[in-house]
Amino acid sequence: MQKLHQVTLTILFLFSMLSFSSADTADKEARTLLSRLILGEKDNQESALDALDGNGSKIIETFYKVGRVGDVYKCANDDGSFTVYYKDGEFYYNLLDGNQVTEPDNLEKARLGRSAKKKLSKLADFVYIYSPIDQERIDAVHKFGGSQKPEFIELIRRNIDKQPNENLKQAFQESLEISLLKNGTHEEKLNAISYLSDMGSSLSVDFIKAVKLDSEAVLNDEAAEEEVKAEASALTKASDEALKSIESAEQKKELVQSVFFGVNRGSVLLLVSFGLAITFGLMGVINMAHGEFIAIGGYTTYVIQGWFASAYGVDSAAYEWYFVVAVPAAFMVSAFFGVIMERGVIQFLYTRPLESLLATWGISMVLQQLIRLYFGAANVAVASPTWLEGNVNVGGYTMAYNRLIVVPVAIIVLLVTALLMKKTNWGLHIRATMQNRLMASSLGIRSSRVNMMTFAFGSGLAGLAGAFLSQFDNVGPMMGQTYIVDSFMVVVVGGVGNLIGAALSSLGIGVIGQLLEFFYGSVMGKVGILFGIILFLQVKPGGLFTSKSRSLED
Amino acid sequence: MTNKLEKSADIGVFIALIAFTIVFPCLNAFTAEGSAMHVSGFQLSVWGKYMCYAVLALSLNMLWGYTGLLCLGQCLFFALGGYAFGMYLILSIGESGDMASLPTFLNWDDLPAIWGPFFSPVFAVGAVLLVPGIVAFIFGFLAFRSRIKGVYFSILTQALTYAGFLLFNSNETPFGGTNGFTNFKVLFGADVNTAAIDQGLFIASGVLLIGVYALLTWLLATKFGKVQRAIRDSENRVRFSGFSTTHYKVFIFVLSAMVAGAAGALYVPQAGIINPGEMLPARGLDIVVWVAVGGRSSKFGPVIGAILVSLLKSYTTQVFPEYWLIILGGIFVFVVIFMPDGVVGLIKKVIALMKGDPEEIDENIEEETA
Repeated sequence: MQKLHQVTLTILFLFSMLSFSSADTADKEARTLLSRLILGEKDNQESALDALDGNGSKIIETFYKVGRVGDVYKCANDDGSFTVYYKDGEFYYNLLDGNQVTEPDNLEKARLGRSAKKKLSKLADFVYIYSPIDQERIDAVHKFGGSQKPEFIELIRRNIDKQPNENLKQAFQESLEISLLKNGTHEEKLNAISYLSDMGSSLSVDFIKAVKLDSEAVLNDEAAEEEVKAEASALTKASDEALKSIESAEQKKELVQSVFFGVNRGSVLLLVSFGLAITFGLMGVINMAHGEFIAIGGYTTYVIQGWFASAYGVDSAAYEWYFVVAVPAAFMVSAFFGVIMERGVIQFLYTRPLESLLATWGISMVLQQLIRLYFGAANVAVASPTWLEGNVNVGGYTMAYNRLIVVPVAIIVLLVTALLMKKTNWGLHIRATMQNRLMASSLGIRSSRVNMMTFAFGSGLAGLAGAFLSQFDNVGPMMGQTYIVDSFMVVVVGGVGNLIGAALSSLGIGVIGQLLEFFYGSVMGKVGILFGIILFLQVKPGGLFTSKSRSLED
Repeated sequence: MTNKLEKSADIGVFIALIAFTIVFPCLNAFTAEGSAMHVSGFQLSVWGKYMCYAVLALSLNMLWGYTGLLCLGQCLFFALGGYAFGMYLILSIGESGDMASLPTFLNWDDLPAIWGPFFSPVFAVGAVLLVPGIVAFIFGFLAFRSRIKGVYFSILTQALTYAGFLLFNSNETPFGGTNGFTNFKVLFGADVNTAAIDQGLFIASGVLLIGVYALLTWLLATKFGKVQRAIRDSENRVRFSGFSTTHYKVFIFVLSAMVAGAAGALYVPQAGIINPGEMLPARGLDIVVWVAVGGRSSKFGPVIGAILVSLLKSYTTQVFPEYWLIILGGIFVFVVIFMPDGVVGLIKKVIALMKGDPEEIDENIEEETA
């Protein structure tokens, strides 16, 4: 699993290096050009301004902002050349390298001509359209398109073909068409409507509605000419159809998205409940403190992040690796607590399952309060390393990496555990002990030791889940409580003692739960799934997979 | 010998409960404020609440102690009874014309349909018993029919409680969301802030406790009680002997839910608040703690447990607010491991030891843990 991390990490690092370097060159260029703009002659200024067009560096915006309030200065050097400084807030910066400096002596206010200022203001407005970050570009162009001002049409149209990827091209085209809805000719309007409807643009809904309202107003206006009316009726019809098709496309997209989220939720559930499938399903210990083991995993991640931050600093490359250390650490720490609990309490209660429920509930209260005393009652913030921070955008919906990573991790955990159970001696001992403790120990298996190790393994998996949850969910004293009911449901539906059953049931509960929430809202969805489970157990009281046995249970 | 002991203990308990129910409110009514014997109105309602808790614990003991069904959703039935009566109390505010005190979520001129019948006190009191009873019937019928038992039953009842919490906590359902109902003014046409109402509610709680205790004593002496305990000890043998265990279990489950609902209804005016927090799975486990600490499958154990733990909780939350969860959790682990029969079991052991009859000790223990 660490290998997988390393590979992802390297790939992500390479990507980030690439984008950083191109952004850096643009920034340097912009700084040089801006400095030429201040210090150069008129011709030089013009060429600098022309060259700045299409540069997406934020320094242009900053520079225009400070320039407007007269905070740009030049300063003569000893060799007769000039250096440009600007003041942003309270501090002075060197324009060329962007470093903060103490206030230099003999500053001289630098002024720009009126026309240069005007051009610069336009450039500052457009900075985001050229931003190196895709999402910023998309937001900017949507803003320009949405303003429906005719002066931006040319700007957007000119830049469509310059976009490096389909995603950006589409966003630019979309914005152009939205603007044309208001500013275009009749033909252009119709084309825009059909384009937007084909791409299922949810952004354009309000604008198409506006077109519809306008044309309806024309239809109702008795003074309007026949020809205008015919055009208006065509527009009304087209926009009506477009609105309908966009809406249905939107719903389809959300449905697909729900299924996708459902799979993800299922993997989270699997990860969270897998430890319980072992301690409860295999060992028969109703571990109400399972949720607290999850919280311990989350807090371990938090502590390790703190260590890395103080040892290496938040900006260092080493800090990025904290999570790779935190995952096994969370496993170990929770497993350690599991061993203490098993030795201290659980081992006396194997014959009394209902009472293990009560004792572990007591332990859960103690652990919860200890966490609260040590870390405080408020949630703590765990930041994802940058390589887990991005989003992946598939077919119009976004999913954060830190959530997405749970899917492969859940699969890996499932495979590793299955192999452990089926292929190793230890797994054989576990299965034997769980089937019949007395028989196993009379055959020479040290069942007390097996019990301890199995419980530790289950608790460790809870800690592992906590480490991954910490990346996208709150880490707080109550964090385990939110998952405990769901976890038990997963194990019961899956069939106790069956790990594959747990996997299938968590996937099922995840997807069906998400769909129910999609159709009936969050609360009714959750209630619905709980009742669904009760009804399901009518049909299959033993869960999805029951172990066949001829013995009566009591 | 044991039977005689039990009988005399029963009579003692009844006398003590009746005396408590009469004396405590009298001390409130007839002694001067500030005198050593005086019981304040606050004290009175605190002990009234404890008695409701005791009834709730008894209702769980019917299931867990005597039928072997560990229900983690007893708090749901308690809260349902509380909500049903709370709705009546809220509507009484509106009827008294005090519109300013009505909760903001309720639009008086356009009441949700479900609120309508709760104007009638008879309906409200009926609902206190019937709503938990019906919920328990539906759930119990489904669960017991498909022979869900043991741990699975416990987990499903916990899920049921959680579902109830989600429903009542939501603002989509017309039950006040997270805040629930509070600020009650009127009870059966009288102002709730009078001493007479405090005393009345206390006596009502005492009567309910005595009544439920008597019901349990009677039930255990009947054939039904015997089958009940037989189900706890070996359900399959009972079934093979020709009894429909499902019917017995559904009946006791519904009965226990109704008792819990009645306790909830008396609890609400004394606590002055009901909110979805009462349905949290943790509350359901609290009740189990009471019964375990007091001693399950002993009739009076749950009453002692509910009152002891509640006293301890109110003491530790005041003196060690930061550590009370740790203390409570620690006690709990201790009780489960070292005192499986709770306080009552411990007392019985001590009595037997003093009599110096080792056989008696074993007998007692066997009888109680079987």
